Amino acid sequence: MKKNSFGQNVQTLPRMTNPVRRHQDRMAIMIFLLPALALFLIFLVYPIFQSVYYSLFSWKGFGPAVDFIGLDNFKRILTDRIFLKAVGNGLLIVVFSLIIQLPLALALALMIGRSLRGRAFFRTIFFMPYILSEVITGIMWMILYNPNPNRGFINAILTLIPGIKAIPWLGNTSTVLMAIFVVLTWKFFGFHMLLYLAGLQNIPPEIEEAALIDGVNNRQMITYITIPLIGSTIRTSIYLSVLGSLQVFALVWIMTKGGPVNASEVMSTYMYRFSFVRFQLGYGSAVAVVMLLISLLFSLAYLRLVRQTDYLN
Amino acid sequence: MKKFTLVLFMTGILLVSGVFTTLAAEAPVTITWWHIEIVENQIALWQGLADEYMAAHPNVTIEITGYENENFKTKLTTVMQSGAPPDLFQSWGGGVMNEYAKAGLLLDITAYLDKDGWRDTFAPGALGVYSFEGKNYGVPRDMGMVGFWYNKELFAKAGIDNPPATWTELLADVQKLKDANITPIALGEGDKWPGAFWWEYLATRIAGQAGFNAAYSRKGSFTDAPFIQAGEKLQELVALEPFQSGFLGATWGVDEPTLMGNGEAAMDLMGQWAPGAFNDSSIDQKGLGNKLGWFPFPMVEGGAGGPADALGGGNGFTVGKNAPPEAVDFLKYISSVDSQVAQAKIGLSLPVVVGAESGVTDPMLKLVQQGTAAAKYFQLYYDQAMPPAVGSVVNDSVQGLFAGTLTPKQATQAIEDSAAQEIK
Repeated sequence: MKKNSFGQNVQTLPRMTNPVRRHQDRMAIMIFLLPALALFLIFLVYPIFQSVYYSLFSWKGFGPAVDFIGLDNFKRILTDRIFLKAVGNGLLIVVFSLIIQLPLALALALMIGRSLRGRAFFRTIFFMPYILSEVITGIMWMILYNPNPNRGFINAILTLIPGIKAIPWLGNTSTVLMAIFVVLTWKFFGFHMLLYLAGLQNIPPEIEEAALIDGVNNRQMITYITIPLIGSTIRTSIYLSVLGSLQVFALVWIMTKGGPVNASEVMSTYMYRFSFVRFQLGYGSAVAVVMLLISLLFSLAYLRLVRQTDYLN
Repeated sequence: MKKFTLVLFMTGILLVSGVFTTLAAEAPVTITWWHIEIVENQIALWQGLADEYMAAHPNVTIEITGYENENFKTKLTTVMQSGAPPDLFQSWGGGVMNEYAKAGLLLDITAYLDKDGWRDTFAPGALGVYSFEGKNYGVPRDMGMVGFWYNKELFAKAGIDNPPATWTELLADVQKLKDANITPIALGEGDKWPGAFWWEYLATRIAGQAGFNAAYSRKGSFTDAPFIQAGEKLQELVALEPFQSGFLGATWGVDEPTLMGNGEAAMDLMGQWAPGAFNDSSIDQKGLGNKLGWFPFPMVEGGAGGPADALGGGNGFTVGKNAPPEAVDFLKYISSVDSQVAQAKIGLSLPVVVGAESGVTDPMLKLVQQGTAAAKYFQLYYDQAMPPAVGSVVNDSVQGLFAGTLTPKQATQAIEDSAAQEIK
């Protein structure tokens, strides 16, 4: 018998010392893991390796892949002006998400996380866009953006201002990406707001009370108490936002198909066009592999450089 | 003992009669059929034909699925890549069908067509779209040419008495419409293929049959002068800003027919399915009625192509590799004259079966039908005539011409690069 720090007797768990029992435990864990592991291997790991394999072929997607071309697909991808444009657009969406969408979500979370009247109501309506399917969101915003002021709500409002003409938001190469970014923000800020709200609830009220007694003002409270204390939530939301921005597909495909003339092209629409419209599945697979590598590199770097502290604490 | 013999006898009779009935009734067969009709009376027509066939052949079950056009393409690509095509399915023939045929995903129905003169019931040009390297993989139900649908009232308002016969006249008329504050042309260039019609028609008029065949057979090139000129002519038009605001992001599915159906734009370069869509998209569901007119694509001065040359295409059904013989028999059943007349009456098809022409009652569709029949050279839409990759590059590059991001030379170079890689 051991004694703990309060002097009570503690029974040491026998299974930690019994090799037979330990083996049985491992077996049980394996058996419980097996179904999930099998699904993971079949539907995630196997297709990734399949994509890597097909990316080395010139293959239309029908019948067996026979025309082996080595790394030619990758050479073409990395020198294709349109792919580079798609990567650039993806990075723009990442940057704008970080400097507009997340701060907006944080500001709203701080506002309705406090004792605002009707906060449940605001929480619900802010979260609502996130529940809508991406296809419905895309079609809805296409109608809102309609260049004809008789049909599109946004232009109907705009043209009420004297001297302002209707703007074809989705039909103009210089406005289309921003127009899509507005929809992305509208759709996803509620999700990040909810993450921040959960983080805010974990801040012990005693700390805030103590700070108030010490005489901090609102600004000091937010910068020195609230934000540092939800730091790990913020780091998680940045991580999810960057990965989500790099992989955005459905909204863009529904609203513009990456157009006009590639102005809103992102990596996933580029991949889709080659795989399923042009029937160049080998090339499409290579694009998928490049996308995977970009996301993976970011993930590993971010985990190593930024989020490591979250796990150590 | 007597009783036992009787029982044996009765059992024997039961067994024997059982065997005979099984032999008489054929084994049950299921046919899967995918079409792209989403308008109610068109769905009902197909269902009715299937019901009739099933009633006459009790062993056959026909499972019908109707998809929306774009969804159909996505879904079909997926099942094709998994190697499990439906038994009967919508096809536009040409390049995409050829890819499926090359991959062995389609059933060769040449022998069926040769039997009992089935082949001779079709207009030969339309049937040819569904053949590849001398073998037939499907049959057409509809064929028509692209042309200009226009609003007679708006033309009159702008002081245009006769539809344009030459490209120069067309440009002048566009300017007249603009001066009268009318949107001259409705275009859903977000979908890309509606705008591609413009460039393809210009190329057909300027290069002619010989020009296209030279480029397609790789003896010539898509960077040859006529194709560049087609781009230059197109940019003359684009420079007049004849399209509705935001046309680069607009679609055929919504914007283009809405503008035409409600009289907000004067003309639209589109295929035989346009009037149906105009009616469907107009506020009163009636469309333009007798205000709607049709004229063929104008002549281009100095072009090698004739004024009767046509760009177009149509719809048909191809047969999947695992289809039972009953599927082909059913295909023959729905390709009858009666069926084609019924299809024509509700505006589903412009008939391709000899003797079904009478089904077309609409005077405008009659014009399209006569133009199609009279075409000396019928050019299938480029995105169907050529491999899918080249067709897609054509559509993408022409969008660049409309947006002014590509020069005519750059656009043809992109098409030529893709053709050089894909057409061997």
